[in-house]
Amino acid sequence: MSATVNPPVVFTQDELGWVSWIDPLPEAELTERHYAGLVDRARAKSEYFRLLVRDPEVLEARTKTDKDIFYNVVDGLPRAERELAAAATSRYNGCIYCASVHARFASTYSKRREDVQRLLDEGVEADLGERWNAIVKASVALAATPIAFGPDNIAELRHAGLDDAEIVDVINGASFFNWANRLMLSLGEPSK
Amino acid sequence: MSTQDIIDTIAGIEPGSGLDVIRTRRLQARENAQKSYLSLFEPIDVSDFSLAERAAVAAFVTGLHGESPVAAFYREKLAANEDGALLLEAIEAEITRGRTSGPYGSYPAGPLSAENTAGLIYRVSAASKPALGARLVAALEHAHLLVFRPRDAASADMKALLDAGWSNTGIVTFSQLVAFLSFQLRVVSGLRTLAAANA
Repeated sequence: MSATVNPPVVFTQDELGWVSWIDPLPEAELTERHYAGLVDRARAKSEYFRLLVRDPEVLEARTKTDKDIFYNVVDGLPRAERELAAAATSRYNGCIYCASVHARFASTYSKRREDVQRLLDEGVEADLGERWNAIVKASVALAATPIAFGPDNIAELRHAGLDDAEIVDVINGASFFNWANRLMLSLGEPSK
Repeated sequence: MSTQDIIDTIAGIEPGSGLDVIRTRRLQARENAQKSYLSLFEPIDVSDFSLAERAAVAAFVTGLHGESPVAAFYREKLAANEDGALLLEAIEAEITRGRTSGPYGSYPAGPLSAENTAGLIYRVSAASKPALGARLVAALEHAHLLVFRPRDAASADMKALLDAGWSNTGIVTFSQLVAFLSFQLRVVSGLRTLAAANA
């Protein structure tokens, strides 16, 4: 674990580190069961994944869910907008670490870095144009507890040009980050 | 896999329907959301987090989101657990006490402090503590934090769980369970809303 933590105090697209509050498994103790849970062997270098691999079966299933929701782009919503849903959810829930990673991805795939930065700076009310506004608003409605997602969100997404398969990608991407945000926020903290 | 897909079942997605076809395009996600459910609720190792505790936390977390088919599913799961059924009354009382609206909480001191939002800091009632026991009391308090104010989480919250008898591995699985349910509730809600819009 890092000796000193320097927590960021604003949302940023910069690369951040993450430091666990409880003990990850030491790399030397990982078995084949753990590597199966990590899915990518290189993740053994990450403190976060060596913590989650304490339950390898859950981590493996979570990782494969994550990868298909975000990386399977043979059809459906463009990757940029899946990342936008992830970044908006993270902005609303308050996960500075998750927002940094997925804002960067949203910028890379959309080439709209300034708009993504406005989401981080101004928050989920930032005006990013009809299509992005509808995706952000749907993500926020899904993140609220009680869940506030309703027929108006579907109508707005459709009006913005999304078909049902793309709407399901928004639902999956935004919902997944309600999973990811809670792990990142509660098991450790970001560090600059 | 022999078990029926839980998300499809609760969301009421019929084989061959439009949403079934769409979900098949993300087959790995669908199958692994199901595997996540199975590895949390039918795990190969329960030594750090018992099945009754898992059912109790799940009923609490889903109940905090308001009445829904997902909440009903996990309430029934708790009722069906030999040890869990004894906890049902206390869990239902605590759901009523814990319901509020989120997310709220505080940011690290700085420019984002302007967005800090106050809200309920939930603690289990004295009346429910004997039935729940120290581990579940700590678990419900932490689960409430995860549901409504995850940005308030601090290292001291990990210490509270450790002090109540949770192991590091138990904390990881417990955190995954609450976080997974946060996902599952929203996927089901989203799919049901979409299906209703098409009806």
